[in-house]
Amino acid sequence: MEYTIFILLLPLAMFLLLGLLDTKLKPRVAGILGTLGMTVCTALAYYTAYLFFTQSRVDGVYPSHTPVNYEWLRFTEHLHIDLGIYLDPISVMMLVVITTVSLMVHIYSLGYMHGEKGFQRYYAFLSLFSMSMLGLVVATNIFQMYIFWELVGVSSYLLIGFYYTKPAAIAASKKAFIVTRFADLGFLIGILILSFFTKTFDFATLTANPSAIITESAGMTFMGCSVASWALALIFMGGAGKSAMFPLHIWLPDAMEGPTPVSALIHAATMVVAGVYLVARLFPVYCVTPEVLDLITTVGAITALYAAIVACVQTDIKRVLAFSTISQIAFMIVALGVASDTDLHAGLGYMASMFHLFTHAMFKALLFLGAGAIIHAVHSNEMSEMGGLRKYMPITHITFLIACLAIAGIPPFSGFFSKDEILTAVMHKSTFWGIWMTIVAGLTAFYMFRLYFRIFWWKETDCSHHTPHEAPLTMTLPLIFLAVVTCVAGFIPFGELVSVNGQPYHIHLDMSVATTSIIVAVCAILLATWMYLKENNKPGNIEKATSVLHRAAYRRFYIDEIYLFITHKIIFNLICRPIAWFDRHIIDGTMDMFANVTQCVSARIKGLQSGSVQGYVWLILIGSLLVATITICCCL
Amino acid sequence: MDLSQYTLIWEYMQPELLLLIATVLLFFIDLFASPRFLDKWFSATACFLLAVVTILGCIPGEATHTLFGGMFISTPMTTAMKMVLNIGTILILLQAHTWINSEACKVRRGEFYELMFFTLFGMYLMISSGHFLIFFIGLETASLPIAALVAFNKQGGDSYESGAKYLFNAVFSSAIFLMGISFMYAIGGSLYFVDIATVATTHTALFIVALAFIITGIGFKLSLVPFHLWTADVYQGGPTAVTAYLSVISKGAAAFAFLWVLFKTFSPSHEMWQGILYALIILTITLGNLFAIRQKDLKRFLAFSSISQAGYIMLGVMAYSAQGLTALVYYILVYIFSNLAAFGVIAAIENKTGKVNMDDYNGLYQTNPKLSLAMMLAMFSLAGIPPFAGFFSKFFIFASAVNSGFYILVLIALINTIISLYYYLLVVKAMFINPNENPIEPIKTDCYGRTGLVICVAGILLLGIASCVYGYLSGLSLTVGI
Repeated sequence: MEYTIFILLLPLAMFLLLGLLDTKLKPRVAGILGTLGMTVCTALAYYTAYLFFTQSRVDGVYPSHTPVNYEWLRFTEHLHIDLGIYLDPISVMMLVVITTVSLMVHIYSLGYMHGEKGFQRYYAFLSLFSMSMLGLVVATNIFQMYIFWELVGVSSYLLIGFYYTKPAAIAASKKAFIVTRFADLGFLIGILILSFFTKTFDFATLTANPSAIITESAGMTFMGCSVASWALALIFMGGAGKSAMFPLHIWLPDAMEGPTPVSALIHAATMVVAGVYLVARLFPVYCVTPEVLDLITTVGAITALYAAIVACVQTDIKRVLAFSTISQIAFMIVALGVASDTDLHAGLGYMASMFHLFTHAMFKALLFLGAGAIIHAVHSNEMSEMGGLRKYMPITHITFLIACLAIAGIPPFSGFFSKDEILTAVMHKSTFWGIWMTIVAGLTAFYMFRLYFRIFWWKETDCSHHTPHEAPLTMTLPLIFLAVVTCVAGFIPFGELVSVNGQPYHIHLDMSVATTSIIVAVCAILLATWMYLKENNKPGNIEKATSVLHRAAYRRFYIDEIYLFITHKIIFNLICRPIAWFDRHIIDGTMDMFANVTQCVSARIKGLQSGSVQGYVWLILIGSLLVATITICCCL
Repeated sequence: MDLSQYTLIWEYMQPELLLLIATVLLFFIDLFASPRFLDKWFSATACFLLAVVTILGCIPGEATHTLFGGMFISTPMTTAMKMVLNIGTILILLQAHTWINSEACKVRRGEFYELMFFTLFGMYLMISSGHFLIFFIGLETASLPIAALVAFNKQGGDSYESGAKYLFNAVFSSAIFLMGISFMYAIGGSLYFVDIATVATTHTALFIVALAFIITGIGFKLSLVPFHLWTADVYQGGPTAVTAYLSVISKGAAAFAFLWVLFKTFSPSHEMWQGILYALIILTITLGNLFAIRQKDLKRFLAFSSISQAGYIMLGVMAYSAQGLTALVYYILVYIFSNLAAFGVIAAIENKTGKVNMDDYNGLYQTNPKLSLAMMLAMFSLAGIPPFAGFFSKFFIFASAVNSGFYILVLIALINTIISLYYYLLVVKAMFINPNENPIEPIKTDCYGRTGLVICVAGILLLGIASCVYGYLSGLSLTVGI
């Protein structure tokens, strides 16, 4: 399987080609080149998945492979950074997800970004992102993952700020970069602690002997928690940053300033699930520290509820989808938090999380691409500008509806199956969190159908100055493809392919959980229908009745303001100002002194370089005699 | 000597003999080929021949061989050093193409290449010598043709003056060196490196004077302070290609040779020469930097920068370890690419406009973005900014010195890198930031110069990241057994 290296090299080559030639290529050529590259890449990924899942099992487990491994930097006997490709069920599954969504976005962008300035640059960045994300999932070791982790951060930064003439886009790109980078600091410290004690970066070694971190750091504690807990919690902090977990979620809603296809690819389907993937990758290690898993569950559950509530009142359709993404990723995180690796049944959450990651990537990309088509037609992100679009955009309407049903958890769409597994897993572990997550699932159905009705029903469009029209074929084709995937993905025997210990797991529905969740979802949808089918005063009245709560939810519970307060008022004033003063006066002063002294001496000794050869020869002679004399004096 | 002896010589001295054959071939091509062919293809032929020498002769083998009773030693590491020098020389030949084919120099084109090959031959001898006489022959073979090369520009008075200065200084330092080895002979009764290492273990005054004189002789070639004064004048006056040659190849070869002499001959008294070098390195780096700050003429500027770089190179010798040896060879390899990128840009601009002053480079980025970028990369690499190769080479050479316990020395060197950053960035600032009403017009380089620059830039970008290069050199230096 050495050819898998081309899955990485191809997008890299495309990035270099498109990035270096830039405007020398016609936009059309650049777009088609990028898309072709991604097509080949997708084909290779599918072929790899086919080979991987058709190989014979050893002891009931698909054997993992490392087709490529290059030792890059060696620090000590055991500790070295490698660059390679590691194939196991979850990385192969991720390859399929990333290449599929990326290819769809490449095709979709041909239509969506048509005529945009910097079209070539856009495709170059898309290729860079695809390469980084693929490199992240196939990483053989945690440090390689970290390198590509930062690379996806950079590509995300570049793509959010794609419309660099818009101040909001610039601010959003900076915010995304700084917040995730801050979280990555924790990640890096976690990696260093973990590898310091276990003496390896390698995933295979780490997971083969997961309790190494416990035994190696036995007895050491810091602030009441063991070293192992600290290391894993810090690593999770990196994942929480990338996956927009509360309270590090603040960058994701703003990231919607980027082009919509980018939001679909990076901020819905692939990059934001990197945190989930990270925890899943290190899952056996996490299992040795149950307290960290509990932390993960709590963070996930709070995030899920918080984001779902906020999503209910947002009016920008991309923001609604952004908060819905946060909430759905939190589902995956919670599922991982409640799982354990003792046996297949206890590890249901792991499988459910990966399954939801897979289905969510498809239907959330579909939702975003659908939203893109709507924005393309209406030229606005605001719900108030929309309504009654079903007649004008039939394909978008149907595909969007399918995605909404899937995310709401209505059978037989894919979201139902994966979400049901998550709820079952959570319910097994704790009834409290089970009920909590069921409520969130109900909220999900409500806000998604609120979105759906406000876009496609609500009122009749005012067609006097502009008639919305269906998107071109390049944009509707990906929609249709993803809708088909959303319809059938639930029937994939996912548990057979991916499970906590690799043994095949036969998925069966827990009837009580399934029935409850369906009833909750249907009730929520009916409520949304009642409120939003036709233009009326009900939503307005409810808003007025709960104005404080509504306002707070609309402003995202003032989390951004709290951040601004802490950073600007407290950190900037109390810490940064004094440091800046010290820097400007003491450090710069010292440096200036050095510089001035250097300049003075430099001016003084100019005379030595006289240009007279006799003088030079004298100095050589005197110099060598001096060397001799001084050495004699010192040694004898 | 029977026939098998000759085959042994052929086998063990392959780089030297192949280079000689290449030189003779070049001579005949120059003599008999048609002028049209020469105009078009002579540079290419020379580069090709050198490349052939590199590929056939300079791929390090595995075994160590000695010839002529130990006067000539060939180890995998010496062969690798020769390869490094060859790579640099090929780059210089590429960059010299425009200048050497100009109307003024065309007639003497052949001499340029042959002289250059001869000096290279001398350097090979220096690196592979196991005896001071061979070493001295190598030193002189490497020095004298350079004097002719420096004085190559016929119409320019500067060139002659520089040639004369170089010759005079070189002869003088050779004399001192010769005196040093004669003292050595007086002490040990032999000029073999191995013999001296076993005999000369007591530190008499005579021994110290001899050591000081030998250091002077080679320190002159390396332009260590205080034996450096010729450098700026010669660099400024000589043709740019020759200056480039002096600053990287000649310096690199001297560093290699110096390393072998000190490691092999004076290993018992390594503490003593480390003490001497300690002082010389501090002087070299600091004074080189202090002078470089004030230079406006770019060739003079690079002269002083190369003086301080020599100080950094010597840190690898200071380390007196296999790691130091690796770091030194790696440093010189990276230095070749970085410095030649700078010289390539300067040569390209000088050939078209005759301008070498830093103020002339103001606003260069607007008219020549590619040349400016190459120059910027070169400056970044010379200053040691990550992720360019120069950072890694500096890192490794500092690490080797630290591992041998020279903390304060490395600290001083580090402070000096900050100073050097200032003047390297001055060039970048001139090109990118300083405004200029009429910057140098867009320059079109020929394909030779461009190839040279592209290779240099690729080297700057890739050498640091491709850890295999350092790993390979490290493997070779472990076979030396220090």
